[in-house]
Amino acid sequence: MISSLLAFLAEHAVLVIAIIKIALLLFIVLTVNAYLTWFERKVVAHMQSRWGPHRVGPHGLLQPLADGAKFLLKEDPTPAGVDKFTYFLAPLMALALALTSIAIIPFGPDPLPWTIWGQKVYLGIADLNIGILALFAITALSVYGVALAGWSSNSKYPLLGGLRSSAQMVSYELALTMSVVGVLLLAGSFNLRDIISAQAQHPERGLFGWNLWPQILGFFCFFVAAVAETNRVPFDLPEAESELVAGFHTEYASFKFAMFFIAEYTSMITVSCLCTIMFFGGWLSPFPASWTFTHYLPSVILIPFGLWVIWDGIRYETIFGRLILPGVGTAITAIGAVLVVFPAVNEFIQGPFWLLSKIFVFLFVYVWMRGTLPRFRYDQLMSFGWKLLLPVSIANVVITAFAMLAKSMWGAK
Amino acid sequence: MTPQLAIFFVLAALAVLGALSLIFQRHPIHSALSLIVVMIALAGLYLLMGAEFVAAVQIIVYGGAIMVLFVFVIMLLNAGIEERTSFSKLAGIAGIPLSVALLGFLAAAIARSNESAQAGLQTGALANTKEISTMLFKDFVYPFELTSFLILVAILGAIVLAQREKS
Repeated sequence: MISSLLAFLAEHAVLVIAIIKIALLLFIVLTVNAYLTWFERKVVAHMQSRWGPHRVGPHGLLQPLADGAKFLLKEDPTPAGVDKFTYFLAPLMALALALTSIAIIPFGPDPLPWTIWGQKVYLGIADLNIGILALFAITALSVYGVALAGWSSNSKYPLLGGLRSSAQMVSYELALTMSVVGVLLLAGSFNLRDIISAQAQHPERGLFGWNLWPQILGFFCFFVAAVAETNRVPFDLPEAESELVAGFHTEYASFKFAMFFIAEYTSMITVSCLCTIMFFGGWLSPFPASWTFTHYLPSVILIPFGLWVIWDGIRYETIFGRLILPGVGTAITAIGAVLVVFPAVNEFIQGPFWLLSKIFVFLFVYVWMRGTLPRFRYDQLMSFGWKLLLPVSIANVVITAFAMLAKSMWGAK
Repeated sequence: MTPQLAIFFVLAALAVLGALSLIFQRHPIHSALSLIVVMIALAGLYLLMGAEFVAAVQIIVYGGAIMVLFVFVIMLLNAGIEERTSFSKLAGIAGIPLSVALLGFLAAAIARSNESAQAGLQTGALANTKEISTMLFKDFVYPFELTSFLILVAILGAIVLAQREKS
């Protein structure tokens, strides 16, 4: 019985592994999403001299769980006069498209050290030849979630929010697409793995080999346009709460609202991944390849952090915190110790470690901007997109193309 | 039936159903949504033929940019449900025979086309982005540039029309 099941699984190994990877990634992304809300609230709170969530669980760490339960249990009224089909379709579309885009991101250079049913298992679900184009295709469709939500709600403020978002997306998508052309020219491929390995041509240069330096204009345009595409501060005009109540999702409650929320945070993660992969060398270490001692950096960060969590935990004011936090700290310290003891694991973890660290930095920048920048005025938004961002990104393409031509003609290195 | 053929029939059915729904829906937004379904089904067909680049561009340009503009305009005008009008006689007399004739001509042309034309329809013939760009910028550079000139003229025309209305 079990052996025939195993034989069946082994026969369809590619599919089975893909499904397991999808389930795992979905779980990880949704958890990260939940804790991203906690992180955002904490960071913004500290920027504003507040404490942020700290009632539910130690340091408010169980707040995301409480929020999730609240979203599930709230009443979910459907307003009168909505276009039913579109009203239900919009949050589904937003969430599905946002989650799909994560599937294209590769999370590490090497396959797992062991094979499963004779298959090499890479970190990342779909390794597409047209990776970046597929991502743009998904982004291009994701505007419908917001626009249709605004339209179908049969309400003034959501309609205005939907209109704003579709105009904003159309305007910034051009700049977004043009700004990566420079990177594509340098890499000669749409594949995200190829784009990273094109930045690894000079391992001795470390972080100076990344696309960031030749493409600094492209990075500026890409990041601004991407923030605009994800509807985040300072480009969150579709949900500007001081003007439009809550913009496109005013009429949504309960879990349908949560779906828009999850979609927004997931696209933040996708954009952070893309910035990292295209301009910051993906999983490449910022140090020259000869500095092998930097491979202990994960442990050097994890062990003191774990010890600090233990120390903080035993002095925590609630009994629950005194029980939980030292346990978490011990786990973190143990992971750090395992990395020192097993060099093979440490080597494998290097790529994902750097990739995730850089993604984390970008997520922090997102939150930082939210805590710092005021919202654009609508006409400023439009003139900024069309009159500055688009020309600069086109100029970047021309400059990159000419630089590459000159390099190939006069063979400078 | 190979999996490819099965997927082809699913996508083709989706495209035809989307097109029919586009005509028979009474609300402009629903028609626009049906058109998006058609565009995505077509992109899936391109993908099935191995033309990854064309498939992605189909979704980005048609599914994304152009249809967003359609939806935007419909939302901006706040267009309501359309009235059904009685079927025009001209459509009945000339339209249906003409469309049947067009379908026949296209089918005959595809059926009788020579090997080289059919080779273009085979899997993977235009898969490579490099080949597409070589073709566009080397073999067909003059038609390509002419087309972009035409688009430029159209953009200028749109700006002139918009400006005239303002003043």
